[in-house]
Amino acid sequence: MSKAVLILGATSAIARATAVAFAARRHPIYLAGRDMDELPRIASDLHIRYGVEVRYGPFEAEDTSSHAAFLQQVIEDMNGLSGVVLAFGYLGDQLAARDFSVGAKVIASNFTGATSILSECANYFEPLKSGFIIGISSVAGDRGRQSNYVYGAAKGALSLFLQGLRNRLFFSGVRVITVKPGFVDTAMTYGLPGLFLVASPKSLGERIACAPENSADVLYLPWFWRYIMLIIKHIPEPMFKRMKM
Amino acid sequence: MGTLIKKLSGWGRYPVQSCELERPERYANLRPSGDSLIARGQGRSYGDASLNQAGRVLLTERINRILELDVEHGILRAEAGTTLAEILRVIVPKGWFLPVTPGTKFVSLGGCVATDVHGKNHHHDGSFGGHVVSLELILADGAHVTCSSSKQPELFWATVGGMGLTGIIGEVTIKLLPVTSAYMKVQNLAAENFEQLFQLLSDTDKDDRYSVAWIDCLATGENLGRGVAMFGHHADAAHLPPKLGDPLMAKPSHNRIMPFDLPSWILNPKTIGMFNDYYFKREGGKRKTFLSGYDSYFYPLDSITAWNRMYGKGGFVQYQCVIPDATAFEGIKELLEVLSATKRSSFLAVLKRLGAQGRGMLSFPLAGYTLALDLPIREEGLFKFLNRLDEIVLRHDGRVYLAKDARLSAESFHAMYPGYDEFMSVKNKVDPDNRFSSSMSLRLGVGSKTI
Repeated sequence: MSKAVLILGATSAIARATAVAFAARRHPIYLAGRDMDELPRIASDLHIRYGVEVRYGPFEAEDTSSHAAFLQQVIEDMNGLSGVVLAFGYLGDQLAARDFSVGAKVIASNFTGATSILSECANYFEPLKSGFIIGISSVAGDRGRQSNYVYGAAKGALSLFLQGLRNRLFFSGVRVITVKPGFVDTAMTYGLPGLFLVASPKSLGERIACAPENSADVLYLPWFWRYIMLIIKHIPEPMFKRMKM
Repeated sequence: MGTLIKKLSGWGRYPVQSCELERPERYANLRPSGDSLIARGQGRSYGDASLNQAGRVLLTERINRILELDVEHGILRAEAGTTLAEILRVIVPKGWFLPVTPGTKFVSLGGCVATDVHGKNHHHDGSFGGHVVSLELILADGAHVTCSSSKQPELFWATVGGMGLTGIIGEVTIKLLPVTSAYMKVQNLAAENFEQLFQLLSDTDKDDRYSVAWIDCLATGENLGRGVAMFGHHADAAHLPPKLGDPLMAKPSHNRIMPFDLPSWILNPKTIGMFNDYYFKREGGKRKTFLSGYDSYFYPLDSITAWNRMYGKGGFVQYQCVIPDATAFEGIKELLEVLSATKRSSFLAVLKRLGAQGRGMLSFPLAGYTLALDLPIREEGLFKFLNRLDEIVLRHDGRVYLAKDARLSAESFHAMYPGYDEFMSVKNKVDPDNRFSSSMSLRLGVGSKTI
């Protein structure tokens, strides 16, 4: 039985920390992403530090027609997979709301691309009756806010998709885990004003890598974001719409 | 890419300056930006070498991938932000060690090159730069160049010890040292006064790959400069007691944290004197050779996270100088006398023999003896006192270590570093607009036309 883990969108700080945590647990790793300068650097680092087999290859989330063949190739290269971590995402910027061409890219990456590759993964794991799929969504998907609602909508839709997939794959013994990070100390957030309780990518990676052994289906990271979002979700709409968030 | 404005200091926590930080996560983003930039690894230089009040500070902490390890020949290539701690974790179990290491492993490879660090084995193996196979340097115009002692040697030796002022160090390839165990064989010898201590360090019969001496700075009169000389070498696996298990796996030392700033009155001549008496008896009393894990041997202070808080809120200055062999004994004795006469208490005082000078144009080490003192900042008078020490050092043709410095004058710097002109001729070629500059380089007038 293969122990290999596929990391989709492997060059972000959270993805790298997650790959590190899986490699430290002796899982062979396949790194997929767009930045072909970064992937070999991360791959040799993981291999040298943890002695596990590490491969990498190009993956384009928005090119959904390539996904089936891509996954086939990875499965062949790694002699099967034990799990997948979907770590790619595209934040866009404030323009996403005004300019649909930007918004469309946000949706194409975070939602359309994600559902495409995860459907392929689900079809692979279902007959095996084992494996795990971890989708990194966002707390931004829990409630729409003026500052990033296109991104939030795409991530919210991804969370719903993962929920449905969890229900479907439950009967095959395949774990589906939704991860909702709060503020994380990465290049995406570096220097942004108004951040609080910022978590390190390392602590997130650790939690994500042990998620398949734990029972939680939806993981807020760090844990207190579950309660922050609980409060935010329960603010009555007439009040919420007046807030600047 | 976002930048962050933050109050920043070196390990000595003096000076504290507000700097604009940039922290790339991709190698391609490790590139010059703005008019003035300095790279910063772990911020373990003591003063203002990695600060830049007038421009940007480029943090390399996330550019830390190990790219190649040739286990057969002991060659390692890694990105500049990789720490020695990360490297040791990988190489020691495979039978390799760092060719040169400073007293902390929480430093970046890039920092080791930029300050051309030395260790307790300088008299045997020279400084860090001598073990660098090659470097990838990112220049002011964004070009990536590979240099080594045979390829663009001027650029290479300007960068080794060049305090980050020639460009951004991107990748470093080093030659490792083969070892058969993770343990050190150590011998301590006590000396009742400076003359004895100095002799112990110079005695070729007692000599070992690693040597260093601790000095009790509060001892006066006939005990002036009493201390303990410590010698060591990598233990041979064949001579280890079997109960230690795998010879390449030493137990890591316990980690403790300095959780708060120690009130500055706690460290006073009386308490330091008590500590020194205890330490002298404990370490000097070890008559036989003993085994020590490499961690506790090389990095005793690393086991106390944030030990720099021990000196209180005001921070401290580490004064490290070297005095050439010819007058090393007189020069260092004079420094100790001045220190002892002013009742200034240095909690840590370390004496070390240095071997032949390397080729780094601004490198610190030269054949002689180096003295390092930790001095808490409690009054302005300290800076005047340090200027007096500079005068003594200059009179003996010595120099002060830039990696530790926070206060040297431009004038003294130029007098201490005769390689400066050669360094500048290289810097002017690759960085004509002086884009790579730091609070330290501005203080020392590096690149300034007026000096």
